[in-house]
Amino acid sequence: MEKEKEKIHFFDKPGSLKKVLRIFFTGLILLILIDPFIHKHAFFNFDGYPSFYGAYGLVACILLVLAAKYILRPLVMRREDYYDD
Amino acid sequence: MINFPPFLILILGAIPIPFLKDNLRKAYMIALPLLLLLHVFYLSEGIHWTLNFLGYKLIFGRVDKLSLAFSYIFAIITFITSIYSLHVKNNLHIVSAFLYAGAAQGAVFAGDFITLFIFWEIMAFSATYIVWSAKTKKAVSAGMRYLMVHIFGGLLLLGGIMIHYYETGSLSFNYIGLNGLSSWLIFLGFGINAAFPGLHAWLPDAYPESTETGTVFLSAFTTKTAVYVLARGFPGTELLIYIGALMTAFPIFYAVIENNLRRVLSYSLINQVGFMVTGIGIGTQLSLNGTVAHAFCHILYKALLFMSMGAVLYRTGKINATDLGGLYKSMPLTTLFCIVGAASISGVPLTNGFVSKSMIVSAAGEGGMLLIWFALLFASAGVFHHSGIKIPFFAFFSHDSGIRTKEAPKHMLIAMGLAAFLCIGIGIMPGPLYSILPYPVDYEPYTAAHVIDQTQLLAFSALAFTLLMLSGIYPPEIRSTNLDVDWFYRKGAKVFMKLAGGIAKVDYNFVGQAYEFMVIRPALKVAKLLKIVDTSAVDGTYNGLATGSLKLSDFVKGIQNGKTQDYALLMAIGLIIVIILAVLPIIF
Repeated sequence: MEKEKEKIHFFDKPGSLKKVLRIFFTGLILLILIDPFIHKHAFFNFDGYPSFYGAYGLVACILLVLAAKYILRPLVMRREDYYDD
Repeated sequence: MINFPPFLILILGAIPIPFLKDNLRKAYMIALPLLLLLHVFYLSEGIHWTLNFLGYKLIFGRVDKLSLAFSYIFAIITFITSIYSLHVKNNLHIVSAFLYAGAAQGAVFAGDFITLFIFWEIMAFSATYIVWSAKTKKAVSAGMRYLMVHIFGGLLLLGGIMIHYYETGSLSFNYIGLNGLSSWLIFLGFGINAAFPGLHAWLPDAYPESTETGTVFLSAFTTKTAVYVLARGFPGTELLIYIGALMTAFPIFYAVIENNLRRVLSYSLINQVGFMVTGIGIGTQLSLNGTVAHAFCHILYKALLFMSMGAVLYRTGKINATDLGGLYKSMPLTTLFCIVGAASISGVPLTNGFVSKSMIVSAAGEGGMLLIWFALLFASAGVFHHSGIKIPFFAFFSHDSGIRTKEAPKHMLIAMGLAAFLCIGIGIMPGPLYSILPYPVDYEPYTAAHVIDQTQLLAFSALAFTLLMLSGIYPPEIRSTNLDVDWFYRKGAKVFMKLAGGIAKVDYNFVGQAYEFMVIRPALKVAKLLKIVDTSAVDGTYNGLATGSLKLSDFVKGIQNGKTQDYALLMAIGLIIVIILAVLPIIF
C-alpha cells in the first residue's frame, strides 16, 4: 500500500545542515557586532560589557552539560527497570 | 450574570458527561469550559458567596486581581485542554479532569482555610485519578505515590490550619508570613504542591506516567495553585528567594540526562515554577507582577509543549528520546507548534516567555541580588538548552528513527494552535496581560538592550549545544532511571522500616506527649465539627454511593491493582457531594 516514494525532506538533502549552520554562525557574528552600539542599562555594571550575555550563555551551557554528564549521571543513573514497578 | 461560584460549572457540569454520546458529548466538552470562561471574565471584584456553616464563615468567592488572573488562565487552559481531549473515551478520565480543574477554580477563590483545604484535597484525589487513567502498572504505582505524598502534604496543611485557628481564632486566609509552627506547617503543605527542592520528586515521578491528555491537565493546576497560595500567604518571605533560585537551577541538570521527553518537561516545569517562587520571595510590585504574568504564560507554553509530546505519544506510542527522531517529516504542524512552545519557554523575543520571565529577573537585578540574578540567568540559558532545543531536536529532528506516522488529529492541532496563538499573541502584545496583573505595570520588555541581551544569551546557549553535538561531547541519550528524592520512599523505605522498629520504642514517650498537645487537642475540636458533618451528610452520601458504585465498577474494572482506587474515587465523590450540599443554599 505504502509504496509511493517518500518525498525527500529538507534535512535529507546533502548540504542542508551546513546551510543552516552557516546562517546560524553569521547571525552570531552579527549579534556580537551590533552589541557595542546598544545603550545598556546595567544592574551591576559588569553586565553592561559588550556581549556579556552571550559569553555567559555559552559558558553556562557548556558547564551545565559537562556537570550533568560527568557528575550527575554517574551518581544517579541506574538501569531502566531499577525500581521494578 | 449568573450568580454562583465558577467551580460549580465544572464540578456539577462534569456529572452528565458519562451519559452523553458522540457528538453531543464533544459539544458539551467544548461548551462547558467556554461557559466557565465567559463566567470568570464577567466576575466583579469583591467578596461573594459566603456561607455560615456550623458557626464558621466559609468564603467561596474572594475575587480580587490576584485571584482573577489565576482564574482567567485556569479557565483558558481548561478550554484548550478540553478540546485536546475530545478523542478520550474514558468517562472517568474526563470527569476527574473537570473536577480537578473545577477544584482549582474553587481553591483560587477560597477566602478561608476550610474552603481552601477542601478544594486542595479534591485536587489531590482527582489528580491521582488522572494519573491512574493511563491504566499501566507504572501509572498505577506512580499515582499511588502521588496520592501518598499529597495526603501527607494535606495533613501538614491541615495541622497548620488547626494550630493557626487555635492561635488566632480566625480561619480567614490572608497574609501569613513565616512566624511559628503553624505558619511553617502551612508553608510546607503549600511547598509540597509547589515542588520545593526535596519535596519535588512526586512531579517528575507521576506526571510523565499519565495519558497524553492527563499530563496536560496536570501540568497546569497543582503547582500554579500552590504559586497562587504562596503569593497570597507569603509574599516577601526571603526564604522563598533561595528556594526559588534552587528550583530554577537543579532540575535542568536532570533534564539534560533524562531520556523520557515528558519527564524532561516535568523537570523544566519545576525550573519555571522556581522563577515564580523567587518572584514571590522578592516581594516587590515588579516581582509579584512578574510571578503572576509568568504563571499565566507558563501555563500556556507548558501545556503546548506537553500537548505536542502527547501528540507524539498518541501517534507513535513512544516518548523516549532514544526511540524518536525525524518526526518532522510526518508531523510538520506538531513540530511547528512544539517549536513555538519551545521558543516561548526559552523567552525568545516576540513570545510570551520573553515578556514575563524578564520581569522577575529584572526584579532580582534591581534588588542588587547578584547571586540570585546569576542563578536566574543560568536557569534561563539552561531551560533553553533542554526544553528549547532538546525537546524539539530529539523528537522531531536528530537521527531519523524511521517512524512514519500520521499528523496529530485535528482537534489536537486546533488545541495546540490556540495555545501557540496565545503564546505569540501575548509576546507581541503584552498590554492585555499586563492590565490584569495585581499591581500597575511600569515595565517595558521591548527595549533594544533587553532584546539583544536575551537574544545573545539564547543564541550562544544554542552555540554551546551545537558545538557539543558536533564534537560528540553531548551526552548520548541512554535508557535509564535517574535517581531522585523519590528513592527515599521507593527504596529507602524498606531500610527505614527495619530501623524504625528499634527507634519507635525509645521515641514513643516523647513524641506521644508532644503529639497529644499539638495534634490531639486541636484535633478533638475539629473532630466534633466533622462528626456533625459526618453523621448528617457523609454517611448518607456514602450509603447512596455504595449502590451506585457497584454499577460504576464496570468503568473501573480496567484498572488493576486492588480496590484502593475505587475507595479513593468514592472519597473524592463523597467530598464533592458534601461541598455541593453545603453550597446549594447560596444559590437558592
